[in-house]
Amino acid sequence: MKLNSILLTTAAIAWASPAFAAGDLFIYTYGEYTPPDLVAKFEKAFDVKVHVDTFDSMETMLAKLRAGAGGYDIVVAGDPNIQLMISENMLEKIDVNAMPNYVNVDERWRDVYWDSGRQYSAPWAWGSTSFMVDSAVVKGDINTLGVLFNPPAEVKGRINMMRDVNEVINIALRYLNLPRCNENPEDMKKVLELLETQKQWVKSYNSEFKEPLVSGEAVASMAWNGYAMRARDEKPSLVYVYPKEGFTGWMDNLAVPKGAPDIENAKTFINFMMNPENAAMVSTYARYSNGIKGSEKFVDPKLATAPELAPPAGTPAPEFIPNCSPASTKLYDRVWTKLLN
Amino acid sequence: MTAQAELRSPFRVSKRLAFTGLLLPAVGVITIFMIAPVAIVFVYSFLEPARYGGVVWNFSVEGYLQILFERDFVDGSLQFSADYLVILWRSVFQAAICTVLCLMISVPTAYFIATRSERTKPIWIFLITVPYWVNLLIRTIALLFILRDDGPLNKAIMMTGLTTSPLPLSYNNFAIGLGLVYSFLPFMVLPLYSAFERFDFRLLEAAYDLYASRRVAFFKIVLPVMRPGLIAGSLLVFIPSIGSYLAPDILGGGKTLMIGNLIGTQFQGAHNWPFGAALSMILLTVTLIVLIWMARRSARKNTGY
Amino acid sequence: MANARMKDIRAFSGFGSIAVAGVLFLYLPILFLCVYSFNDGRSVSQWSGFSFRWYITVFGNSGIKAAAMNSLTIATIAASVSTVLALGAAMATVNRRFKGETLAYATLTFPLMVPEIVTAVASLVFFVSLGVRLGFSTILIAHIVFCIPFAYLPIRARLEGMDATLNAAAADLYASPIRAFWRITLPLLAPGLMSGWLLAFIISLDDFIITALVAGPGSTTLPLHIYGMLRLGITPEVNAISTMMLVGSIVLLAIAGVLGRSSKNS
Repeated sequence: MKLNSILLTTAAIAWASPAFAAGDLFIYTYGEYTPPDLVAKFEKAFDVKVHVDTFDSMETMLAKLRAGAGGYDIVVAGDPNIQLMISENMLEKIDVNAMPNYVNVDERWRDVYWDSGRQYSAPWAWGSTSFMVDSAVVKGDINTLGVLFNPPAEVKGRINMMRDVNEVINIALRYLNLPRCNENPEDMKKVLELLETQKQWVKSYNSEFKEPLVSGEAVASMAWNGYAMRARDEKPSLVYVYPKEGFTGWMDNLAVPKGAPDIENAKTFINFMMNPENAAMVSTYARYSNGIKGSEKFVDPKLATAPELAPPAGTPAPEFIPNCSPASTKLYDRVWTKLLN
Repeated sequence: MTAQAELRSPFRVSKRLAFTGLLLPAVGVITIFMIAPVAIVFVYSFLEPARYGGVVWNFSVEGYLQILFERDFVDGSLQFSADYLVILWRSVFQAAICTVLCLMISVPTAYFIATRSERTKPIWIFLITVPYWVNLLIRTIALLFILRDDGPLNKAIMMTGLTTSPLPLSYNNFAIGLGLVYSFLPFMVLPLYSAFERFDFRLLEAAYDLYASRRVAFFKIVLPVMRPGLIAGSLLVFIPSIGSYLAPDILGGGKTLMIGNLIGTQFQGAHNWPFGAALSMILLTVTLIVLIWMARRSARKNTGY
Repeated sequence: MANARMKDIRAFSGFGSIAVAGVLFLYLPILFLCVYSFNDGRSVSQWSGFSFRWYITVFGNSGIKAAAMNSLTIATIAASVSTVLALGAAMATVNRRFKGETLAYATLTFPLMVPEIVTAVASLVFFVSLGVRLGFSTILIAHIVFCIPFAYLPIRARLEGMDATLNAAAADLYASPIRAFWRITLPLLAPGLMSGWLLAFIISLDDFIITALVAGPGSTTLPLHIYGMLRLGITPEVNAISTMMLVGSIVLLAIAGVLGRSSKNS
C-alpha cells in the first residue's frame, strides 16, 4: 500500500506541468554564450524572466526540434542550420528586416545565403574555423594548410584535429582544392586517402583544442578564432593562421522555432539584440564578432586589435558553407567512419 | 506457482496477488516508458531516412543491409564491408576488457570491505561512490591531465629519476583501460559487496582446519558466495561499457569510433535514423540473447540444490 | 587471541593493498579537479594563481546552481523510486520458479541493454507523440526507468541464496509477513538496498544523452550545463561546483554517521 501511495505521489508530481508566468523567455543555445549581465539588462528593461537552456551541439538541438520538442522562444543556430530549418518549415517568419533596430545590421549580413533578406533570423555572433600554430616551435611558412596535411618534421605527431566530420572534411577538401559539400565519390576517395595519410601524424582528434595547444601536446591544431584568442592568452606564442587556401566562416543566428510560446517576447529580444551596445556585450563575453554596426565602440578594446578577430589586410574572405545534400552527407559520413576505423 | 515454490519463498508472498503487486509496478513502468518507445524505433529501422533526420514511411531494409554491405564509392554496387562489424567488435572487446579489469580490482576490494567492522563498512562503500558525484566527462578530462606528458604523474616519476623522458601514459590503450575502469568500478564493487557481505567467516576457519590452502579456500568458499554479485556486477559493467565512448574519445585521442559514437551520429549529424535504429536493434538482440542464456544457466544452477 | 586469529584467517595477501590502491586511484583525478577549482585563470589545467573567483561565479551564476539543484533533486527522487520498484521486483522474482521468469528478468534489465541514444530518441518521440510537455517530469520518468536495473541487480544479488536464513528466522519468530519484512528482511537487505540506491543515484546524476533529449525549457541539469560549455570552453566554475557537491556529500555522510552512532547509543 505504501508502494501505491508513493507511485501515486510520483505520478502527481510528474504530470503537474509547470505554470508559466506571462513574462518568460526561453532561450536554447550553447553554454557560456549568453552574458549574464545582458540577461539581467533585458530582464530589467522588459520585466521578462529569461531562462537559458543549453545544448552541446547543433545536432542535438536539431534532432530535438525535428522530433517536435517545443517550448523554446529563441534558438541560436548556425548558418547551415538556419537554412535547413527554414526549408523544413521549422521556424516562425518574424520579419526581422522590419524591426526598428534592423538598420544596425551590417549590410554584409543582410542578404545571406541562409536567410536572404533576413525574414527569419538575426545575427548573434560570427567567427571562423582555421588552425593555430605554436610559432615558438614551428618554423618556416605557416600560412598554408600544408602545415596540417604535409607537416614539417617538428609538427609530425603533434597535430590536433577537431572531432567534427564537417570541419575536418571541409578543411581537407580545401587543401585538395575540391568543392565543399562534395557529391563526387572520386573526390571523396582522395579526401579519405589524404586524411588516412595524415592520421599517422595526428596526436588527437579533439574539438577542445585549447588544452592540447597550451600544454604543448599539439603544436598545430584546428581552431575557432574566438577560442583561439583564449588559447593565446594562456600561451602567447600561439598564432591563429589565415592560410592562403582560405578558411571557413560561420555565423550563429537568433531565430524563433515554430510554435514558440511567446513570439512577442522573442521578437522583443531579437530587436534588443540588434542594438549595438547589447551586441557588443556578446562579443566581449564570448570573444566572437557580432554583425551589428556601431558595436565596435562598446566592445572590449582588446578584441579590436586581436588578430583572431581582426584579420590582417589582404586576408581572403571567409567561406560560408551551406547545408550539404543528403548524398554528400552520406559520403562525408562514410569517409569519417572509415577514417576512424 | 507450485507448493514447493511457496515453501522456498523467503517472504511467504504466496498469494498471486502479492506476487503481482510486487512485480507489476517495475515491469509496468519499464513496459510503458521503455519497451513501447523502443518498439517505435524498431519500426523506424524498417523505414527510409528523411532528408534531415526523422523517417519517411516507406518500407526498406536498407538500414540492415548497410551494416554488412556498402555501395561502392564509384559504381554503386553492393559489396561486403566489415567496417561496422569491426566497430561492433571493438566495442564488445573493449567492454570485455573493462569487465575483466573491474573484476580484478573489485573482488579484492569487496572482500576487503566485507572484513571491515560493521560501522566502517558503509563508510568504505560511500568512499567508493563519492568520486562519482563528479560528472564523468569532467572526471575523464581530469584523468587525462594527470596522465599526459607534462602532467603531475609524469613529473613525479621523472623527479624520482627513474626515467628522463615522460612515460607514454596518455593517448594509448593503457589510458583507455584506466579510463574505463574509472568509469565503471563501483558498478562492480557494490553488487559484489552486496552479495558477499553476508559471508560467514567461520566457514573459512573450518576450511583451514581441514587443511585447505588459501587458494582452494578462496575459489571453493569465497567465490561461490560472491557469484550472484559477480553476475550482477558483470552485467552492470559489461553492457553499458559496450556503448561508452568517452574514455576512447578523450584518453585514446579520439582516433577510433565506438558503436556508441556510430549510433549517435546516425541520429544526429548523419541524418540516417533507420540505419541508427537498425544498428541498435542488432546490438540489442545480441545483448538480449546473451542475457537470456545467462539467466537460464543461473536459474538451472539455483534449482540444482 | 581469538580475535587476532580471526583477522589472520580473513586476510588474503594483497587484497587490502589492492582495495586501498583502488580507492586512491579514484581520488587522484578528484584531487586534481578540486585544486583547479581555485585557479585564478580560465583554464582547468594550467595553474595561474590562487583565487576564489570561480566560487564567487558559482554563487552569482544562477544557471549552474539551478542545474546542480535540478540534478540532485532528480537523482534523489529517481534513485529512491527505482529502488522501491526494484525491491518489489526482486522480492517477487528471486528464489522462486514461475512462468515467464526469464521474461520478467529480461524486462527488468531491458533499460540497461538499449543503447543510450536510442532510449533518448525513442523517449523523446514517445513523449512528444503523447503530447506530454517536456521538462522536469519527463526527465524524472526517463531516469526512474533507466535506474531500475541498476537498483534491481544489486538487490537481487543480495537476495539470491538468502532464503534459508530468512525462512528459518521468520519461522522461529512466527512473524506476520509485514513484521517479518520490517524486522528481518529489510535489515538483512540493507547492503543490497544501499548499493542499489547509490548506483541508481550516481547513474542518474551523470546522465547526459537521455536527459538532453527529454529535457524541456527551464529544466537544465548539471550534465547538460557542463556539456553545453564544450563549444565555448569549460571553466573552473565546473570544478568549483563539483568540489562543493563533494564536500556536501561528505558532510552529509558525517552527519549520518554521528546520528547513526547516537541512535545506537541511546
